[in-house]
Amino acid sequence: MSGDIRPDAVGVTLEDVGLAFGNTAVLKGINLKIEAGEFFTFLGPSGSGKSTLLRAIAGFGPEPSGRILIGGDDVTRLPPWKRNVGMVFQSYALWPHMTVRKNVAFGLEERRLAADEIKQRVAAALDLVGLTEFAARRPAQLSGGQQQRVALARTIVVEPRVLLLDEPLSNLDANLRIQMRRDILALQRKLKLTTIFVTHDQEEANTTSDRIAVLDDGVIQQVGSPMALYDNPANRFVAAFLGTANLLDGRIERAGGKSVFRTGDGTQIPLAVVDRADGPATAIFRPQDLSIRAAREGDGAGAALAGVVQSREFLGHLIRYAVAVGSHVILVDDTHQAGRPTFAEGDKVTLILDSEQVRLLPS
Amino acid sequence: MKSLSQSHWGPGALAVCLSLFLVVFLLVPVAKVIYVAFQHPNTGALTLINFFDFFNNSLFRESFLNSVYVAGMAVLVSSLIAVPLAYFTTRFTFGGAVLIQTLGIVPLIMPPFVGAVAMLLLFGENGSVNLLLNDWFGFTVPFMKGLNGVVLVESIHYFPFILINLSAALLNIDRAMEESAQNLGASGTRLFCRIVFPLAMPGYVAGASLVFLKVFDDLGTPLLLNINNMLAPQAYLRITTIGIGDPMGYVISVILVAFSLFSLWVSFLALKGKDYATVQKGGGGLMKRDLRKWEKVGCYAVVILILVMVLSPHIGLALLSFGTVWSFSVLPDAFTIAHYENVFRTATQYISNTLLYAGLAALIDVAFGTAIAYVVWRTGLPGRQWLDYIAMGAVAIPGVVLGIGYLRTFIEFQVPIIDKPLATWWVIIVVALAIRRLPYALRACVAGLQQVSIMLEEAAENLGATKSRTVWRVVVPLMSGGILAGFVTSFATAAVELSATIMLVSQQSDAPLAFGIYEFMQSAAGRGPGAALGIVAVIIVGIATYVSHTVIESGERKRQAGAAVAAAAGA
Repeated sequence: MSGDIRPDAVGVTLEDVGLAFGNTAVLKGINLKIEAGEFFTFLGPSGSGKSTLLRAIAGFGPEPSGRILIGGDDVTRLPPWKRNVGMVFQSYALWPHMTVRKNVAFGLEERRLAADEIKQRVAAALDLVGLTEFAARRPAQLSGGQQQRVALARTIVVEPRVLLLDEPLSNLDANLRIQMRRDILALQRKLKLTTIFVTHDQEEANTTSDRIAVLDDGVIQQVGSPMALYDNPANRFVAAFLGTANLLDGRIERAGGKSVFRTGDGTQIPLAVVDRADGPATAIFRPQDLSIRAAREGDGAGAALAGVVQSREFLGHLIRYAVAVGSHVILVDDTHQAGRPTFAEGDKVTLILDSEQVRLLPS
Repeated sequence: MKSLSQSHWGPGALAVCLSLFLVVFLLVPVAKVIYVAFQHPNTGALTLINFFDFFNNSLFRESFLNSVYVAGMAVLVSSLIAVPLAYFTTRFTFGGAVLIQTLGIVPLIMPPFVGAVAMLLLFGENGSVNLLLNDWFGFTVPFMKGLNGVVLVESIHYFPFILINLSAALLNIDRAMEESAQNLGASGTRLFCRIVFPLAMPGYVAGASLVFLKVFDDLGTPLLLNINNMLAPQAYLRITTIGIGDPMGYVISVILVAFSLFSLWVSFLALKGKDYATVQKGGGGLMKRDLRKWEKVGCYAVVILILVMVLSPHIGLALLSFGTVWSFSVLPDAFTIAHYENVFRTATQYISNTLLYAGLAALIDVAFGTAIAYVVWRTGLPGRQWLDYIAMGAVAIPGVVLGIGYLRTFIEFQVPIIDKPLATWWVIIVVALAIRRLPYALRACVAGLQQVSIMLEEAAENLGATKSRTVWRVVVPLMSGGILAGFVTSFATAAVELSATIMLVSQQSDAPLAFGIYEFMQSAAGRGPGAALGIVAVIIVGIATYVSHTVIESGERKRQAGAAVAAAAGA
């Protein structure tokens, strides 16, 4: 049955898109090319402009500057009802006065399809999201997850050229959220539908997306696959927003023919890969790039950093230590297994940094 | 969750006292009225003969049809006024919105019967408007002829019920409801018909059924306009001219109650399971758009026309109160303050009686309202909801019916010491006002109580305060906004109540304002002083309404603070 719904995937291009609410610029010079069939995510904290950008693609909100192209057509000045982009709202926005079936049929009725075809496609869409037996219910009689699936069915049934998802999982509890994101991804793969997903949750973004655009302050900070963003953040914001990172300010210097990174308090980190000239820089490395052991005589040379455990968090599969090194606090992850020795607050420890993993950014 | 197991006699005893009051002063009199309606006038046996007599009488049949017609037409005319106004304010960014919000309050500060005579002088056959129309265009419009007058006066008074309910419903629609429809291809009138209108429908029906109920039960307006062939006036006239033994007054009462219950039921059905208040966090109401220039002109024209209509009873009343002679002329012949002098010389008794009655009634209402709210929402007493239901049931009892019920029930009950029947003692007027306004005060108190997070009470108990100390030190202060709003609402509406009081005033010295206005307006010579007294009533109610508005506004701010507490607690 699901074969009835076959949207054609098209790409979305944003050319220098800008948008302001009154005098407040919310989006600034957004340029982006989203490929046909891609699962693309706008990731950013609240207020970053990600939802505003999504709504601009759907045609809601103030008219943006620049151009928005869907499948090559300039839609910048088209009203929402002429764009044929399907949007799933954060609140689902199911109409409470209509049954599930009527909700799903709505868009098809607006398109003046024949009653027979509407019936078939509604059935197919409900089948696709597994809600066939709930067709006669009202939205208020459904659970949050079911409402979410109705919203999804209502949107995909019209075979939109692009599927827009505005934080669709934020109203669900943690377990359901994981289930739903898998379901949404499976659906997207099955329909090969170009999908743009808005979230502030990096785990959601990482697990679903082909590519992510990280937004902050109305500007795209970086675009790339989840792993590329994590491994090679373009700036401090991306590094800190995606996962936990140690960020140290200092200078790249030459010492004994080798490049080292030296912070203001004299802490020294050897560098394996140096892709920029000597001078001020920021060093980035993740907690798992270090290992921790008890301090021993003779420590202090090479990639070892001497420090004192300040605090620790037990996270189940690992223990995250905050270690004072000079004037810095460095986070270190240590795998946890039953019986494996742990460190207590005040313990003197040595941190070994895998210098291959240190990334350098202009400060 | 809360059990009374370790608790005290307090709430139980309180609930018993409250029930007793409601039973004696609401249930028994109404039951008495219904019982008498089904009782054979001679034998006392149960029978339907009174109802046969009623429908065999052409005057009663006509009265019945007239009442239904007037109430239905009033709903229609009020809708014509209210629907465009609600639509303009919620859909367009429109400077006239403030004007429209004011429109929603202005009519409510004057009971319809007060302006009725003034409306005759403005819109009657020889009123200002028709004199002008005749001079300029050579025709007249029978605005006030017969039942038209009642429809017009009632519509102008009661349209705010539709305006307020419909606007609230429109404002409560989440913007995403509209956007998702647009996203799926709907726009323009189809969007309105399929999404916006159905979502706002429950609000409209709730308002419209309230208008129907109020107009159907109203006694003062038809009486003042001298329209007697309607149900409420017939009930009043039968009881006052033939006596409380005449069964027709009771039959009419039963019909009035039945229709009131019917319209409440319709409103209940409209709202049941349709909590369409869909605004979510970050939502915001429907999308508003700017008006084009000519649209703006059109909107303002409609709004100003309606504003003039709505203000006309007030303008007419003011003219009447300052005019010397006003007859067959566009404006009064000359102006004077003699009517006010007259009123303040001879009729201050009316004013002081009103302040006393309405003040006492409002006090009773908030005391009982607070107590009932607490018993129902904060204790585990079995059957506690019935207190709420019965108190709210007073909404369905027209003033005429309650008046007749009191007369019949308490005429034989001699009050000790003063040695006169309770039915003719002034205190019974206070009780009637208190019962009639209790639903409004109760809702305000419940709203106030629901603002108080139960955790705030638990915190007080945790720190050693007993139940009653907690109520006194934490609950009552926090719900004071609601209590005050309830007091003012009760006071303002009780101050101008006519339909129950007109039946219960047994001597001139006990009469309140509304009764005084009615008495004055009976004669042509009394119209001036009657209007002056009407203006006094408008000022009293206006001040009270302003105060309640201010209180509710500040309560709104407090509620937001309270919501923050609740949100923090929930997080």
